[in-house]
Formats: sequence, C-alpha cells, structure tokens
Amino acid sequence: MSVRVLRPGMLTTVQDRGRHRMQHLGIVPGGAMDPVAFELANALVGNLQGEAALEFTLLGPQLAFEAAALIALCGAEFEATLDGQPMPLDRPVLVTSGTRLAAGRARRGSRAYLAVAGGIAVEPVLGSRSTYLPAQFGGWQGRVLRSDDLLPLAPECAALSGARAERLRLPGGAPHRTVPWSAPSLTLPEREFIVIHAMEGRHFGGFDADSQRAFFDATWRVAPASDRMGFRLLGPALARVDGDELLSEPTCLGTVQVPADGAPIALMADHQTTGGYPKIAEIAGADVPRLAQLAPGAALRFVRCTLAEAQALRRAARQRVESARRGIAWKYQS
Amino acid sequence: MNPLRIEPLGDAALYAEFSRTLDLRINEALQAVAAALRERAPPWLRDVVPSLGGLALHFDPEHAALPEAPLRAATDLLLDCLKATARARTAGREVEVPVCYDAQFGLDLDAVAAQTGLDAAQVVRLHAATEHRVLMVGFAPGQPYIGGLDPRLAVPRRATPRTRVPAGSIAIANAQSVVYPFEIAGGWSVLGRTPLRVFDPQREPPSLLLPGDRVRFAPISRQRFEALR
Repeated sequence: MSVRVLRPGMLTTVQDRGRHRMQHLGIVPGGAMDPVAFELANALVGNLQGEAALEFTLLGPQLAFEAAALIALCGAEFEATLDGQPMPLDRPVLVTSGTRLAAGRARRGSRAYLAVAGGIAVEPVLGSRSTYLPAQFGGWQGRVLRSDDLLPLAPECAALSGARAERLRLPGGAPHRTVPWSAPSLTLPEREFIVIHAMEGRHFGGFDADSQRAFFDATWRVAPASDRMGFRLLGPALARVDGDELLSEPTCLGTVQVPADGAPIALMADHQTTGGYPKIAEIAGADVPRLAQLAPGAALRFVRCTLAEAQALRRAARQRVESARRGIAWKYQS
Repeated sequence: MNPLRIEPLGDAALYAEFSRTLDLRINEALQAVAAALRERAPPWLRDVVPSLGGLALHFDPEHAALPEAPLRAATDLLLDCLKATARARTAGREVEVPVCYDAQFGLDLDAVAAQTGLDAAQVVRLHAATEHRVLMVGFAPGQPYIGGLDPRLAVPRRATPRTRVPAGSIAIANAQSVVYPFEIAGGWSVLGRTPLRVFDPQREPPSLLLPGDRVRFAPISRQRFEALR
C-alpha cells in the first residue's frame, strides 16, 4: 500500500506530534507546525494516535494513490482536485485505487495536513515519524518529498478505510465519496492581519523604550526567509540598551529572539533548543498554530498578555479542538 | 547554590537562572540537580534542560495530570532537588574523543597560534592536556558545549563565520570547545576533527556526549582517523 509522488510541491514532509523528552540532547520536539489542523485531519479519518500525516506548504504536491484510502486535507485552503474534480476540504473522503490528488496553491493559510487512515507508515526515529530537516533524520529519508517517491501507507489502510467509510455511511455511487458535514477551521488567518498574544520575554527590559513600544505597536510582516525553524519578522529594528553577550540558554516554541541586526525571529516547530540572543517576547502557546498558518508577506501585530491570560487562551483553544474532535467521533459512532 | 531568578519561559516552561557568566562550579552543580529532577519528574514534566548557567523545565501543557499551577509545582520540585543535591557531585562519564589535529582538519590552528603567541604544536598540546567537561548539549542535536579550555587558548569568535564547517570539527571560542555534529555554518576557530559520529539517531543514546561528561581529546594520526571513520 503506497502513495506515489508525482510532483513534490514546495516543501512537503511527513510530520506527527513530534519527538519529546530529548531537549537535553539538543533534539527539539518538531512535529506539525499547525498541530490543531494536524489533529483534526487525523480525527476525520478515524486516527486517534497522532498517526503521521503529510504537511503541505504553500504549493501542494501531486499524488497518486495506489490503493483505496480514506483521506482528509485540513488546515490551509489549498486549491486541490481529485482526478480533476474539486476536492472537499476538512472532510473525510474515500478515494479509489489510482486516484490522483493535485494540490495547487494555498488560497488562505500556508500549511495543510493530508491524513490517511492508518497513517503514513515510515519508520519512527527516536520515537517519532516527524521529519527533522536541519539534521536530515525522521520522516521519509530525513528529507522533503521528491518526484517518484513511493510513500508507504499502513498495511491495514484499505481495510481500515473501508470499515471507517462504512461507519460514516458515506453515500455510494460517486468516485470520491464524502460526507455532507465538515470540521471547523480553527487556525486560519481571519483577516488581512492577525493578532498574536505575547508575554514580555526574559530580556524585554534590556531593550530601549522605543523598541519596547514598537514591538507591541508595529505591524510586522513574515519575511520570505522564514521556515520551520523560525519566522523572521520585518518591521522596525529593535535595539538593546546594553550590548552584553548573553550565555546561551534554553528557548521554547514561540520564543521571540532578537539577533544583533534588530529583526526579531519567532521560533517555530524546528527551532534550536538553546540560543544566545535576547528574548524580547514569548508567544502564547495557543497562538503559535495560527502564526504557523501565515505565509511570507502576511501581517501580524502583537498584543501584550499575562501568563494567566496565555494559560486561559490555551484552555479555550484546547476546548475548541476537543469539541471538534468529539463532534467527529460522534459521526463515527452514530 | 541558589537561583538568581525563576521565571516563566513561555506558558509551558520555566527557566531558573543560576549564573549570568560562565561558572564551571555552578554548571557542575546544575548537572546534579538536572539528574535528580529527571529521576523525580512527574509525567507532565516533559524536559529537563540544563544549560550553561541555568536550567529549563518544559511541561506537557496537554497532559491530563498537569497541576492547576504547573509553575508553582515545578518550582517546588526544583527547590526540593536543589536541597537534596546540595553536596552531590555527578561523576559524569569519562569519554575519550580522538581528534586528528592535522593542518587539513585544523583549519584555524595557525590563526589561533598567532593570536595566542604559541606555535601550532603547543596549541594542540594544551587542548589535549586538560580534562574538559560537557556543560550543555544544545542548539543542534548532539552538539556539546565543552568547558575546561586552558586559559592560554582564550580566543574570541572569528570575525567572519565560515559558511560551512565539516561535521566532526572541533572548534574553540568563549573559553569553550564545541564539536559540530553536522556540516553547518560556524564562527568558532577549528582546531581538528574527530572521526566519531557526534550524533547518530540510530544509536542509544544518540548523542556521543552527554551533559556532565568528562572529556579528553586524544590526538591521533591521519591514518588512525581514516581507520576509525
């Protein structure tokens, strides 16, 4: 059981929930940039264990399914077709053997997850199937997909797909069968610029007054040189009062650090585990998946929040995901 | 040893700062605390990351057993472990890292010799003579920051970083040595290269060096380098 890659798209990788508990060895968790869309894609095809999915970036791949499979594409709104017909997004779709999925550009958002019943069956490395590009391990041969790659699916994919389609009572007849309902989009940018909650970072007080104000007043744009490691932000240059060298110290997902050139970098899924640049802010964990959906050139503003507010945002975001997952699970049970 | 500050790191971690400058004694104590923390870590405490002058504790924000106030709970645990390890020393493993200091690997040997007023052979001798200690593994998978450099080898970072430093290169700056696990850009002065794999995801543990390890650099010939590769 496999999927053949006809065209790889801009940056398509295998991702899951990431590899944890190894940051003291310099190994970052990594995993899906938008874990919310990732979890919903999996829920739609009946996967409950964080099975590996494909992460599409800005320009999606063209794939051929060499077996029948229950699939779902969640996250950014990609122009996607199945054998030339528009592909329904955020829904479980049963494709037949030989079906061609062609994903074009992302119309809204920048990353989507293609989940397949049973998951992408690459070998786990250090407990995860996520691709870690900087060190070239995990996922499919530690790299982005290329044309002619033959990605393994779970051996039970066809059986699982059939049984799950049955439980969802997919209507018969059509070549690509789907359901009349869809999962909600929880992380896509809602307008021209988005608001991201951030706490003052450990070194906030070390920046001059203008920079402290500018960080929360300015409109920032995601720079083209942004990747899974970090988003470089274009806006006013930020300057420190003192220029002391800092000892390298741990960072985390959402840390906003400022190198000597004054342009902040928001650390994303594949960020380095430690760094020596001053931390001006820490993005609320609940808002990191929304940030991950911004394409280069997209605009954002930071709004100051407290730790308690960030924790409340996290609880609210988690409740929205849980409620969506319960809704999907109910469709499987009824 | 007492923390200077304990503060949140984002909304799912804390950072306890013990020193703002490199202090080998404090770093050694940090390794003992980290070991105690790892032993006693509740399931929601996902990562214990000792660094040069502090320690980060990362929580699993989705864990069912996450306490109401995780920061408070983690701080209490940290303070407990600090008390328990007040006099403890981690022995650390003893690891010998073979290094070929030949000119074709030691790209900056001559430059370091010129900066320090030594000759290249003396630079090698001084680097290999002392016992070093892994202060932190970070930045990239398996990348060790190693303290214990002879003070006579004090050099700053290179003015212009190299865009590519070969994997296995051993380089010095800021009173430390580093071993590059992969070919990456780097601004430290390269003295030699080890034939060993610094990071191998298929090995257990994947990292050649662990925080707290005592390290000796053993000079080897070019032939030995090829044989060990």
